Amino acid sequence: MQDIVMNTEETKLNIRPIKFVMWLFIVASIMLFAAFTSSYIVRRAEGNWVEFELPSLFMLSTVLIIASSATMHWAYLSGKKLNFASQKMALWLTIVLGIAFLICQLLSWKQLVAERVYFVGNPSGSFLYVISGLHGAHIIAGIAVLLAPLIGVYRNIAQVKNMLRLELASIFWHFLDILWIYLYVFLLLNH
Amino acid sequence: MASQVISPEAVHHHDVHGHDAHGHHHESFLSKYVFSMDHKMIAKQFLITGIIMGVIGMILSILFRIQLAWPDKEFPLLEVILGKWGEGGRLNPAFYLSLVTIHGTIMVFFVLTAGLSGTFSNLLIPYQVGARDMASPFMNMLSYWFFFSASVVMICSFFVETGPAGPGWTIYPPLSALPKAMPGSGTGMTMWLISMAMFIASSLLGGINYISTILNMRTKGMSMTRMPLTIWGFLLTAILGLLSFPVLFAAVILLIFDRSFGTSFYLSDIYIGGEALPNSGGSPILFQHLFWFLGHPEVYIIIMPALGITSEVISTNSRKPIFGYRAMIGSFLGISFLSFIVWGHHMFVTGMNPFLGSVFMFTTLIIAVPSAVKTFNYLATLWRGNIQFTPAMMFAIGLVSFFITGGVTGLWLGNPSIDINLHDTYFVVAHFHIVMGCSAIFGMLAGVYHWYPKMFGRMMDNKLGYLHFYLTFISAYLVFFPMHFMGLDGVPRRYYTFTEFEMFTKWIALNKFITLAAILGAVAQVLFLYNFFVNIFKGKRAPQNPWHSNTLEWTTPVEHFHGNWPGEIPAVYRWPYDYSKPGAEEDFIPQTVPLSETVSSNTPHDFGFHGDESQFVHEYYQPKNVSAAVEQNAPQAN
Ligand code: HEM
Ligand SMILES: [Cu+2]
Repeated sequence: MQDIVMNTEETKLNIRPIKFVMWLFIVASIMLFAAFTSSYIVRRAEGNWVEFELPSLFMLSTVLIIASSATMHWAYLSGKKLNFASQKMALWLTIVLGIAFLICQLLSWKQLVAERVYFVGNPSGSFLYVISGLHGAHIIAGIAVLLAPLIGVYRNIAQVKNMLRLELASIFWHFLDILWIYLYVFLLLNH
Repeated sequence: MASQVISPEAVHHHDVHGHDAHGHHHESFLSKYVFSMDHKMIAKQFLITGIIMGVIGMILSILFRIQLAWPDKEFPLLEVILGKWGEGGRLNPAFYLSLVTIHGTIMVFFVLTAGLSGTFSNLLIPYQVGARDMASPFMNMLSYWFFFSASVVMICSFFVETGPAGPGWTIYPPLSALPKAMPGSGTGMTMWLISMAMFIASSLLGGINYISTILNMRTKGMSMTRMPLTIWGFLLTAILGLLSFPVLFAAVILLIFDRSFGTSFYLSDIYIGGEALPNSGGSPILFQHLFWFLGHPEVYIIIMPALGITSEVISTNSRKPIFGYRAMIGSFLGISFLSFIVWGHHMFVTGMNPFLGSVFMFTTLIIAVPSAVKTFNYLATLWRGNIQFTPAMMFAIGLVSFFITGGVTGLWLGNPSIDINLHDTYFVVAHFHIVMGCSAIFGMLAGVYHWYPKMFGRMMDNKLGYLHFYLTFISAYLVFFPMHFMGLDGVPRRYYTFTEFEMFTKWIALNKFITLAAILGAVAQVLFLYNFFVNIFKGKRAPQNPWHSNTLEWTTPVEHFHGNWPGEIPAVYRWPYDYSKPGAEEDFIPQTVPLSETVSSNTPHDFGFHGDESQFVHEYYQPKNVSAAVEQNAPQAN
């Protein structure tokens, strides 16, 4: 009896610290991108900076990622209501939208190349590739995080556990969405 | 009271169903000693790896000190040990630069960041806040293994054709960005970057865990203002790391693209052997901004755990409450905040706008205020204390001494007009070795001597400890103090044979003296290594609370097991510094003793009351005049 009390006490206690860990990871990511965007500003202020048009496809990727945030939220709500069928559905949709976002980013790189903006060349272009590329790397990590609750539903693991996975995925995914919007607005304002 | 006797059954009983991070508890050798997820074992892994790295870093420094002292003498032994890097018994100039670089990198990152924070945060955070383990023991294990791999890669760079990285621990481009610039810019530099990327991952995994554990997993009653100052130090250190290491990571990523993919973030208008490189539009100053945005907080990442440890050790061994507990927290907060807005003081000579220079001067000089608060509080804690000169205490006092000596020269360097003359001279070398190198190492050693009984269940030898202290203390001052004068004379740092310049030939004698002192210091460390490693097996068995300390870790049994406390985690009723409290029976009251058991020594403050004492009424409080009478009777009453 006492064992059970103790164990539930401990699992309850561990959820909060683990969610907190996710927030701290996000802080680290924010600092990473803050470093890039401030380098961008500092470097740009020094001159010798080639200006060019941002790829028009960025608009589409923005729409895609905002849509994926919506489906993410849908998955979260379904999970909370124990509606596993729609949770699966929504998670799959989110992943597909995430992949579509990545493809769209790759195509916008192609647009850049067509505009003769290369990764190797003036730092103004290199920065754009690095910033969007690292955000893309985060998206790949995000998809991995999304897979955890999805596998959880299929394997039918304990609801408390899977809800934690779902919440973590949702926090991270919304962050990636907001991060991209920040980056996009930043690039729009500074080029 | 807290110190209950723990029977082996109780220990075992707990082990079966207590804290479970990895299901059941059939601990194999691998899961117990190698891939351990227990914070205590991980702490030991960090410490021992840190010590090994420290010894390597020290040997490297002796090698280049020999070169500086006897620049034109041949040592056939060098060729035997170093092969082509010691051809003809003389150190190769490129290898000299690599030695300096790797020495700095190892000492700053591997010993004083991972070795210090990794050891003591892991050991003390769960113990002192009252938790069974870290928020994520798995991430904690990863953190150690990233650190271990980073160490291995860094050491392996000694075995590549062109030798280890050579552009200095600050790896400024273009030397670090152009593989062909010099031998130390080649494969060794690539390995340096790989190693540091893993190191950053390790720091972040560890730091995130420390923060989450401290903020979420404190035991009942352990409010933020009842936490020992060690924990405050570790918390803010981890926060600084979390905010600054990603910036170094960004700098490293851009550097890698410049090195290997031909981008021009840091490179512009460069000629190698008369030939122009295609890179244009980059800025090497950008790298310095990114690097020092990490670099300056990094020096506080190094010193703050040492300061926290010192607070604990000095208070315990003065048998007095720490002077100005809240001021200590405040100064930690002040230092942490300010450390992010002073990085420009490393860049005064980069052509920085003089106005910006004065802004950085201003913020830099302000940092001296919280630093001074700490120093004065240490001195005030020592003042008229009942000082127990344990080896740990000696090292803690040593820290205070070095912190003052090195802090004062920081004030000189913080003024651009002085720094323009002193930048990149031996004066800077003296400044940071004293304030960072010596201070932090002394703090770390204080921690090792103090918590050794907790880590290994055995005692270290005191006599060897004192000898180690005196030899190290004296040799450290002999090595670094004279460097101030060389710096004032303009002697530049990182030169292979500066004594060949006419104006500096006079320093050769001093160079010999410093090298001899450094060798003395190195020999002293052998005493420590002996004391440390032999007593793990042969030391006297440690009592549960050898220093009569108040903090929670001393309420755990001497034998280690996963979960720390056999029964429930104890609750906390008071701050950790109730030493020599008037009216108390003993000169220390552990945090686990409720106020109801110490009526004779309670003060209105203990109940959170800060007004007029005569107005205060509480069932567990006796007004002062009565408590004085109780104090006289105390021995009989017991
Ligand atoms: C009163 C506080 C301090 C002030 C005002 C101060 C100021 C400075 C300044 C202006 C420099 C740049 C010198 C130059 O390169 O020309 C410097 C270098 C340095 N300081 Fe401090 N400092 C202080 C405390 C500390 C502390 C507490 C640490 C470490 C624990 C530290 C570690 C370093 C290091 C590592 C360098 C040299 C880095 C390098 O160029 O390799 N300083 N300090
Ligand atoms: Cu600094």
